[in-house]
Amino acid sequence: MSVPQDWTPPTAGSQDSRPSREHVVAGLKATDEGDPELVQLLTPEGERVADPRFDKYATDVDVDALRSLYRDLVLVRRFDREGNALQRQGQLGIWVPLLGQEAAQIGAGRAMAPQDMAFPSYREHGVAWTRGIDPTDLLGIFRGTDHGSWDPKATRFHLYTIVIGNQVLNAAGYAMGQKFEGKVGDGPDSEATICFFGDGATSQGDVHEGFVWAAVYDAPVVFYCQNNQWAISEPTERQSRVPLYKRATGYGFPGIRVDGNDVLACLAVTRWALEECRSGNGPVLIEAFTYRMDAHTTSDDPSRYRLADELELWKLKDPIERVRVNLVREHGVGQEFFDGVQAESDELAARFREFCVNMPQPAPDRMFSQVYAEPSPLIEAQRAEFLDYHASFEGV
Amino acid sequence: MAQTTLAKALNNGLRAAMERDPKVIVMGEDVGKLGGVYRVTDGLQKDFGEQRVLDTPLAESGIIGTAVGLAIRGFRPVCEIQFDGFVFPGFDQIVSQLAKLHYRSQGKVKVPVVVRIPFGGGIGAVEHHSESPESYFAHAAGLKVVACSNPADAYWMIQQAIASDDPVIFFEPKRRYWEKGEIDLDAEPHPLFASRVVRPGSTLTVATYGPMLKTCLAAASAAESDGHELEVIDLRTLSPLDLDPVLESVRRTGHLVVVAEAPSESSITSEVVARVQQAAFYSLEAPVLRVTGFDTPYPPSKCEEDYLPDLDRVLDAVDRSLAW
Repeated sequence: MSVPQDWTPPTAGSQDSRPSREHVVAGLKATDEGDPELVQLLTPEGERVADPRFDKYATDVDVDALRSLYRDLVLVRRFDREGNALQRQGQLGIWVPLLGQEAAQIGAGRAMAPQDMAFPSYREHGVAWTRGIDPTDLLGIFRGTDHGSWDPKATRFHLYTIVIGNQVLNAAGYAMGQKFEGKVGDGPDSEATICFFGDGATSQGDVHEGFVWAAVYDAPVVFYCQNNQWAISEPTERQSRVPLYKRATGYGFPGIRVDGNDVLACLAVTRWALEECRSGNGPVLIEAFTYRMDAHTTSDDPSRYRLADELELWKLKDPIERVRVNLVREHGVGQEFFDGVQAESDELAARFREFCVNMPQPAPDRMFSQVYAEPSPLIEAQRAEFLDYHASFEGV
Repeated sequence: MAQTTLAKALNNGLRAAMERDPKVIVMGEDVGKLGGVYRVTDGLQKDFGEQRVLDTPLAESGIIGTAVGLAIRGFRPVCEIQFDGFVFPGFDQIVSQLAKLHYRSQGKVKVPVVVRIPFGGGIGAVEHHSESPESYFAHAAGLKVVACSNPADAYWMIQQAIASDDPVIFFEPKRRYWEKGEIDLDAEPHPLFASRVVRPGSTLTVATYGPMLKTCLAAASAAESDGHELEVIDLRTLSPLDLDPVLESVRRTGHLVVVAEAPSESSITSEVVARVQQAAFYSLEAPVLRVTGFDTPYPPSKCEEDYLPDLDRVLDAVDRSLAW
């Protein structure tokens, strides 16, 4: 299997690197093409295809908007690769790669209105990017200096949630609050919530309960499942006997499957879903059908459980390459633009790296701060005792 | 002054908190139309509507998990868990999210959720309906844990817990729900996170909380005829523990008995013993003794009279301590 960091996308238009049909079928044992209902606006070959239901949610995506989405995708992939490399060099304790899922995240994130709220899992670096969170703010979690340094209220992007599925209930509750406050309807300040989780999370009780709560209280929440085919080593068929988006029917709200490697389709479908929620029809389940091109985390070894063919197939569905091809073929965008984005991504990676290696060690008593909102005599006593102990080494 | 049951005192306290702050909402199974299986939320939905008193689906993780989300949004949810033994499906959300969000966000996110749990035995119930799980929560950093024991405290403590910016696990002694007491509405309420000397004495100190307070007060009355003046302290706050009044008392009496229904191993009573011996070792004239439930699952109800600490077991411990 190829080493993810060394992986480069296939050359646009090159037919040589394509596997045969048989090759593809073999590689798809554990996956499939997404089924005929998969919403797609941009094919893997970069062709814009019409969709009568969702085209209207992407009419404003002109060449400039598409360039902007391309830039998002490239920059996010670049700092994600840098995160992976930093872990390999011992600068980060762990990294959770998003390689391959850039379109699923950028499409959904860019569909959000500023007043909407996002509840991520722990792989949503791309969504964080769309919420204006600087990538360096993600580093503390993985370097071990904090549990999330951004302000969830100001960014309207909740902290990463590591316990699988917990955030689905938190998001449902938050969305109930939006509804109770009258923020659902046609008004300019209407709001929705979007909650991110993976295919493995759908086996968790909290996800089921989140669906139940959202449904019975008509909470304006979009459940955005990134089906990247693998929950560490467990394939999707170990999670469900039916395609995940079809589960929504049982809860009484719409479920839809979108090509998670198609940023345009993810944008359009999420815009539709958020609109449904804002107008009071929510919730909606979106299954972004995608693929984790890299390991689950840097501690994982996917070569033990998945087929190399599978990876080769999904390379052909690369989320960035199809946008590039479309920009070139349909909009005549020249190399200068791509070079510019490339240069920008290199600068971002350098800044990301420099920030990482220079992150200060937290103060010794950092661990005692903000355990409670109100003073705690036990914590304060332990802090004082600890600082005294620490001070006893001074001058030794 | 009117006598009020503990259940009604809680009801009045909830009502006062809801009237004061429109962000206070009550949620749980059967809390609306039925008024809760113990009627603690009786009439609240009628007066505050279905959006402030939520009859929820039947899933405890859902109740706590959505309350966390509502709190992030700025609400102050008060969750009712129907019985002590049913809190465990919600335990993940309590310890993984509710307890940690303030810390994880370095204070940027507050989750002022109150989780009300009727606890303890003595009502002849089937299993999972009579447990004392308070130590699990006291062990989780980020949570505050309190237990009320009488109507006046119940009335004030529930309001104080709701007003607290920290998540509070609020234990209610279910077998005392129907017992009456007076509430002085003009009195300054005792602070929430503070224990309290409820009966002064000089011979021996008894520290307890929740349903055992009444038992310990009865033991103190009985001991009086033997010439023993027991000082009875209601701990009230289990995390953070307020041991100052206990230490002050032990320094005078030299004897301490700690009483609770929960099993003894790794419990609130263990914590009291450990910290008292550390802080007041030279004042002790006998080892600190404990009277607790046993380290078994809660037994079938026909056995609970033997399982639960009673007057005789408390007095026996008093005698053993004084005879040391």
